[in-house]
Amino acid sequence: MRKVKEFIIEKLILICGLASIFFVGLIFLFLLKEGLSVFNIVTPLDFLFGKSWYPISDPAQLGILPLILGSLLVTLGAAVISIPIGIGCAIYIAEIAPARIKEVLKAGIELLAAIPSVVLGFIGMITLVPFVKNCFHLPTGLTALSGSIMLAFMAMPTIVSIAEDALYSVPKTYKEGALALGATHWQTIWRVMLPAASSGLLAAIMLGIGRVIGETMAVMMITGNAAVMPNTILEPIRTLTATIAAEMGEAVVGSEHYFALFAIGIVLFIISFAINVTADLFLHRKQ
Amino acid sequence: MDIKIRADKFNFFYNETMALKNISMNIFKNTVVGIIGPSGCGKSTFLRSINRMNDVIFGARHEGDILIDGENIYDKDIDVVGIRRRIGMVFQKSNPFPKSIFDNVAYGLKINGIKDRSYIAQKVEKSLQDAALWNEVKDRLSKSAFDLSGGQQQRLCIARALAVEPEVLLMDEPASALDPTATLKIEELIHELKSKYSIIIVTHNMQQAARISDYTAFFMMGELLEYDITSKVFTKPSKKITEDYITGRFG
Repeated sequence: MRKVKEFIIEKLILICGLASIFFVGLIFLFLLKEGLSVFNIVTPLDFLFGKSWYPISDPAQLGILPLILGSLLVTLGAAVISIPIGIGCAIYIAEIAPARIKEVLKAGIELLAAIPSVVLGFIGMITLVPFVKNCFHLPTGLTALSGSIMLAFMAMPTIVSIAEDALYSVPKTYKEGALALGATHWQTIWRVMLPAASSGLLAAIMLGIGRVIGETMAVMMITGNAAVMPNTILEPIRTLTATIAAEMGEAVVGSEHYFALFAIGIVLFIISFAINVTADLFLHRKQ
Repeated sequence: MDIKIRADKFNFFYNETMALKNISMNIFKNTVVGIIGPSGCGKSTFLRSINRMNDVIFGARHEGDILIDGENIYDKDIDVVGIRRRIGMVFQKSNPFPKSIFDNVAYGLKINGIKDRSYIAQKVEKSLQDAALWNEVKDRLSKSAFDLSGGQQQRLCIARALAVEPEVLLMDEPASALDPTATLKIEELIHELKSKYSIIIVTHNMQQAARISDYTAFFMMGELLEYDITSKVFTKPSKKITEDYITGRFG
């Protein structure tokens, strides 16, 4: 009887474990089924590297290079802004801040994470967008830069909290060892704590970037949504995610436009997958 | 003999708890001082007061002075980092950095701004030799320090401390986690090192204190009860309680 019980419980847990993989598999299969049909109309190369996205003109032009570059540009900009600030903030919280300030900061960061992205996007639209416009004397403030700044705010809570955990879990003995050798506090942080926490810091950065590349609402609201090849960060762009969100509602089911949007989904899936795998590889190489 | 370190009516508190009471003692150059006493008697606290490692602890404060070569290490204007460079420390649990063997020893030099690679290499070799580890690791300096055995890791930590040429070496039960062979090596090493350094070593092991130290200090409940030449403390202690502790009647 006891054995049967054990057996059932074990199998139930096994099913729970497999369920997530199973669902990911199903999602990917569905994406493939819907998305791959687009390649009956355009070749994969034309799809990925085509420079014009006019899905409802006749004949439809389904090149997503401007969208890919738009996503990459915004992500890169957000990474450049959020990584140094996020890691710096984590160092301050974990190592430097007095207890009371630490509590306030942590609460603040958590609050930042709790703001829905549409609210952030809305605030960005009425504050950040005019600011960017006036700062650079642009015809419009709806630019990749605005999106990058906004997304940096959204990546920051992820980066800060995971990086702070990583720094916190560096054994205290490392710190003591460095201090006892006559290292200054900063030398201890820079040369001992950060390298010791590097795998966790990298995970923090990767998850932050993952959040940025998958973000839809806020970028859609403030990047101008122009599906054109971006030349500078001060121009409107459109991301992969925003394209799907904006156009899925109006695409006729079964049309080439509809399939193309699913194909964009595949591209997004592959990009996030690649980010995660890269992070994993790096983590394991470290160990 | 010259006095290297002098504690003068030194009191130490963790918040309201008084951990050290009125400690006054002189530690001479090129001697090994063993500090013994039951757990929680303040011996580690005293050791960590000498290079101001207690500064990191929240709610710690002190009264009185500790002087190195007549200079008050608790002086307001003193450079704490400079003090720690003069007074090296080896911890109870070996704590190599997650770096290569070479980089562990070179760390102290690098933070001192030394860039000359051949000098660093030379210094690393010398320090490892002084710590009696060179022959065991010379072929694998670029391997992780974590690949070494416990005893080797502890000697690596000693080498790391020696590389910055401290004047005083503090050791907090450096052999407590090691097997007898590794312990013996550390003890021989301490004997060698005393020609160059003043060494203060906290130990739980009475035989070890008797073997390696020139002077023995007996701490209890935060007070320094007895401090004299080791042979005297172990054969004719002036206080009954010291004798009771040494002979194993408590503690």
